[in-house]
Formats: sequence, C-alpha cells, structure tokens
Amino acid sequence: MGQALIELEDVTFAWPGQAPLLDIAQFRLEAGEALFLKGPSGSGKTTLLGLLGGVNRPGQGRIRLLGQDLASLSQGARDRFRVDHTGYIFQQFNLLPFLSVRENVELPCRFSKSRAARASQRHGSIDQAAAHLLEHLGLNQPGLLARRAGSLSIGQQQRVAAARALIGQPELVIADEPTSALDADTREAFIGLLFNECRAAGSSLLFVSHDQSLAPLFDRHLSLAELNRAAKPREA
Amino acid sequence: MYLLRLALASLANRRFTALLTAFAIALSVCLLLAVERVRTEARASFASTISGTDLIVGARSGSVNLLLYSVFRIGNATNNIRWDSYQHIAKDPRVKWAIPISLGDSHRGYRVLGTTGEYFEHYQYGRRQHLQLSQGRPFADNPFDVVLGAEVAEALHYKLGDKLVLAHGVAAISLVKHDDKPFTVVGVLQRTGTPVDRTLHISLAGMEAIHIDWHNGVPARGAGRISAEQARAMDLQPAAITAFMLGLNNKIATFSVQREINEYGNEPLLAILPGVALQELWSLMGTAEQALFVVSLFVVLTGLIGMLTAILTSLNERRREMAILRSVGARPWHIAGLLVLEALALALAGIGAGLGLLYAGIALAQGYVQANYGLYLPLAWPSAHEWTLLAIILGAALLMGSVPAWRAYRQSLADGLSIHL
Repeated sequence: MGQALIELEDVTFAWPGQAPLLDIAQFRLEAGEALFLKGPSGSGKTTLLGLLGGVNRPGQGRIRLLGQDLASLSQGARDRFRVDHTGYIFQQFNLLPFLSVRENVELPCRFSKSRAARASQRHGSIDQAAAHLLEHLGLNQPGLLARRAGSLSIGQQQRVAAARALIGQPELVIADEPTSALDADTREAFIGLLFNECRAAGSSLLFVSHDQSLAPLFDRHLSLAELNRAAKPREA
Repeated sequence: MYLLRLALASLANRRFTALLTAFAIALSVCLLLAVERVRTEARASFASTISGTDLIVGARSGSVNLLLYSVFRIGNATNNIRWDSYQHIAKDPRVKWAIPISLGDSHRGYRVLGTTGEYFEHYQYGRRQHLQLSQGRPFADNPFDVVLGAEVAEALHYKLGDKLVLAHGVAAISLVKHDDKPFTVVGVLQRTGTPVDRTLHISLAGMEAIHIDWHNGVPARGAGRISAEQARAMDLQPAAITAFMLGLNNKIATFSVQREINEYGNEPLLAILPGVALQELWSLMGTAEQALFVVSLFVVLTGLIGMLTAILTSLNERRREMAILRSVGARPWHIAGLLVLEALALALAGIGAGLGLLYAGIALAQGYVQANYGLYLPLAWPSAHEWTLLAIILGAALLMGSVPAWRAYRQSLADGLSIHL
C-alpha cells in the first residue's frame, strides 16, 4: 500500500472532563479516492472534521495528512496546512453573501499562496481558474461572476462552494452534507459534477452524509458509527 | 490589503447599522470640535473686549468687579470717584488720554454710559479697532444727544432723530423715568461684538442734566423741578463719575502710574490692568467652559460605545461568516484584524463626516454668529490641538475595536470550522 492521504491510528478525542466523543482504531483515505462516510448526528462527525481540519488536537493517537503529523504542527501552521491542502464544502450558506461569486471562489487563494500559485499555473490566472471551474460546474450564465453570492439559488450556491473548494487543486476535498439542501434530481447531478472536477484536479474526496442512498455512487463507503467506538447514535 | 476589502464589504452588507453608527460618531465628533472652536474663539474674543487701554480706574473694590461694571456693564460700582481726582490724574504728563465714564441709568434694560468725545476717539476693542459710526455723528454740545450701540438700535428699532426716555437705575423695569428730559438719537455705532453694542452713550453733561434736580436719590417735585431748557443753561460739570480709562504715552510707566493711583491720598482709588483682570475673570468662567469640554468628550465616548455595541451584537450573527473565513484559510488573528479594521473604518468615516458637518455648520452659521455673538468662527483647517483630539478619538476607537476582536478571536478558536446557525 502506498502513502495514504489521510491516516488515523488509534485516535481518541474528548473535551476535558467529558466522555470521549471519538475513538477510531484505524481510518485511511487513499490518494485519488472518493469515499462516502455515513455520518448520522451523534456519530462524532463534527469532531472528526475538526480533527482533520487541525482545529482540534486528538487526545491520543496520530493523524497524518499527506504524511504530515498534524499534532506536530503549531496552531498557525495547521491553519496554513489546512488551506494549502484542503477544500471545504458545507451543508448550505457556504458563501459570504456580500462578496461577488468570483471573490467567493477566489477566497482560498487570498489566504494560501500555494493554492494561488497552482491556480495561476494551471489556468493562467486566478480569475481564469475561477471562471473555468464555474463553467465546468454548469455556472456559465453571462454576468454571473460579478453577482452578489447571496442572490444565487441554493443549488447555484452549492456549485460555487464546490468551485471554491477545488480552486488551486487541493489534495483533499471535504464535503459535509453538501447535498442535504438540494432536491433529489440536482443532488445526483451535483455529485457527478463534483466527481468530475475532483478527478480533473486530482483531489481525493471525503463525502460525509447521513443519506445512505448516495453511497453506491462512490468508490468505497464506510459508516462512521461503526468506525467510532465511542459513537452514541441517536437512531435506535 | 485584502482584509480591509473584506471588512468594508462586510460593513456594506450591514450598511444601515454601519451608517447609523458612523453618524453617531460623526455627530459627537462635530460637537466636540464645535465646542473646541467656540471655546477658543470665545476666549480670544473675550480677551479682545477691550484693547489699547492701559489702566481702568474706579473706586476701591475688587478688580473683577471694576472690570465687570466698567467694561461689561454687569453689576454696579460700590462708590463714585470725585471729578477733581479724575482731573488730577488725567493731567499727569504720562497720561496720553483719559475717558471718564458715568453709569447708573438704563433704557429698557440696556445700560446708559455717560462719557465724553474722547470715548469715540480712543476707546479700542478687538485687534486695536476703534469705534465706527454706521449712521449719524457722535454726540456734540447738546446734552440731550444719544449715540446707540448697534444691538440697541436694532432690537428697539430706533433710527436717527427718534426720541427716547432714560430710566433711573439699571433694573429691566424701572419705575422712575427721566421723562421730562427726552434724548434724541444722533448716531448709531457699528457692531463690535462687545458690550458696546448693548450700550446707550450720552455726554457727561446729559448725565448731569437728568439728575440736576434730584436730591437724595429722588426727583424734586413741583416748584423744585428744573426743565430741560433750564438745565441747558446751567453749569453741567459733573461732581463725580463712576470710573475712567487711561491710555499712557509709555507702557513702561503703567506700573508706576498704577501704584501712584492706588496710593492716591485724597480718595481711595483702584487702578487695574484690563488684561490681567480679564484673565482673572476668565479663570472664573473657565470652569463652565471646561465642563462643556468634558461633556462633549463624554458624548464622543457615548458614540464610540455605540459602535462597540453595534459590533459586539453583530458578532453572534456573524459566526457563520467567521467559520467560512476559517475554512478558506483565515487564521484567528485575521478574524481579529477584520474586526479592528471594521472599528477603524467606522471611526474614520465618523470623523470624516463629523468634520464635514462641522465645516458645513460653520459655513452656514458664520455670519449669524458673528453678527449676534461677535464670535468669528474661522473656516480653517483643524489646528494641531484639534488633530490631536481626532487622533485620540481614533486611538480610543482602536482600543474599543480590540474588545470584539478579542471575543471573535476566542470564538473562532472555539467554533473552528463548524457553522452555527
């Protein structure tokens, strides 16, 4: 087995003085893989994403992203590492509504030199990278780039968020229930577009959702409730 | 810098609150600067109520009291001084000119000043400006001529040739009137912005004439009365005056003349230096002036606290904004910086708008204020002192901005990437 993109070993996490929220013996995400992680509420999803984002530190165990042990980095270095290598898509209201669509897509390039460099290297400039991604995600209406992000429909906003996660080709895209606000038809179309663009960018995809019906679309699927020995699922 | 762009865009998104906040700061800044300017100008104008006069001499009392009744027409003299004392001092070779003044009567609340032609020639105010007539002429040989201050003429609608009756005493409503001896308006002075505007000027002879048949403070009755025509023919040399002003040939002599007058053997006299007495008086009023300044400082503080409140209340609804920024790589200090920049932008906008309001207000009110209060408010760039005040306001805004910045910093560390609704 080659080097995994994400590797967790015997990771536990608990807030001080509280019962553990997360206890994972092993978890791997291979490079280029699209993984569906079923994560109902109470399964420790938020905690896991916090750990992968480097916002929280594990109590025990090791978390490696691209072979880098997150715990060995300082808070500032973890922040930098996160934006350099990870793009995020959240459930909804992903965008800063007062910025234009273009500015929203380009936000990671403002905070990460390496993503800005990769975007301009591949597409000539950051603006072109943003326009290219939006077009590939089906947002090619004239004048859309300059519109306020808040004026877009939810489906359009999620695609703008996807473009933002993908700009500058991060190695990893983490999508946290990105389709739960979409209806069934647009849901699969959105996932299809996301797959294509992740492949084009060479990014791995970690897709977290409670919606089991989406699982067959992915290379591999896991259940966080089974993975996490400390999980207390609410659904009985 | 991109953070500034983000801060401004976020503020523009909340433009209604942001505008109100900046407007509150603008009003408070405008008030502070207006108070400062009026204060500075009032002090300057107060100091120039009288100029060119080296000594003011009156009966022995306090220097502020003498200044108040001789220059500001406030209060009363405790005693008169004898005409021969005045003559004696006025003839001193070191004295260039002397203006006798006699007070005690009034007309519809405005004080009457008895004096001589010297008054129009030598009395100075402001930057050594002489009195100018806007209409008519100074009073001449006729003892029943009166020259009005600008405000008296305007408020009471008098014009040249009008007759008016003086009242005994200085109360606004006087029961005893010199109605047997009416005066004729022969001149009106130009506005000076000093108490001269609120004064009626008559000759010493006129002052003597209206009191010639008075004994023990009450007018004579019946056969004892003397008519205006009879008075005209009599000797109208006064026996006493209230005070007099002196101009000296050589300023160096001021202190020696002052000492001699204060040690004058025939009568207890007091000579004061107007500048020194003005300063003494201003130090009494300085408390009120400083209170005004402190109040306007507190208004500025209120404006800034309004800003602090607006930013703090926005924090909770902006947790999502912060989490999104964190997910695209903003570090907690970026978030903190964003809020400091926001406070800075609001304060700068407030200060800019406050200056705008101030200058618009000065441009509009300049003429009116000068005409009515004798205060010249210059439409000038802020002084060094005013710049300092503005810098302090900006510093205070930064300090206040650091409170929400610190909270947002803590909050964004705790929230991480999780978006709270």
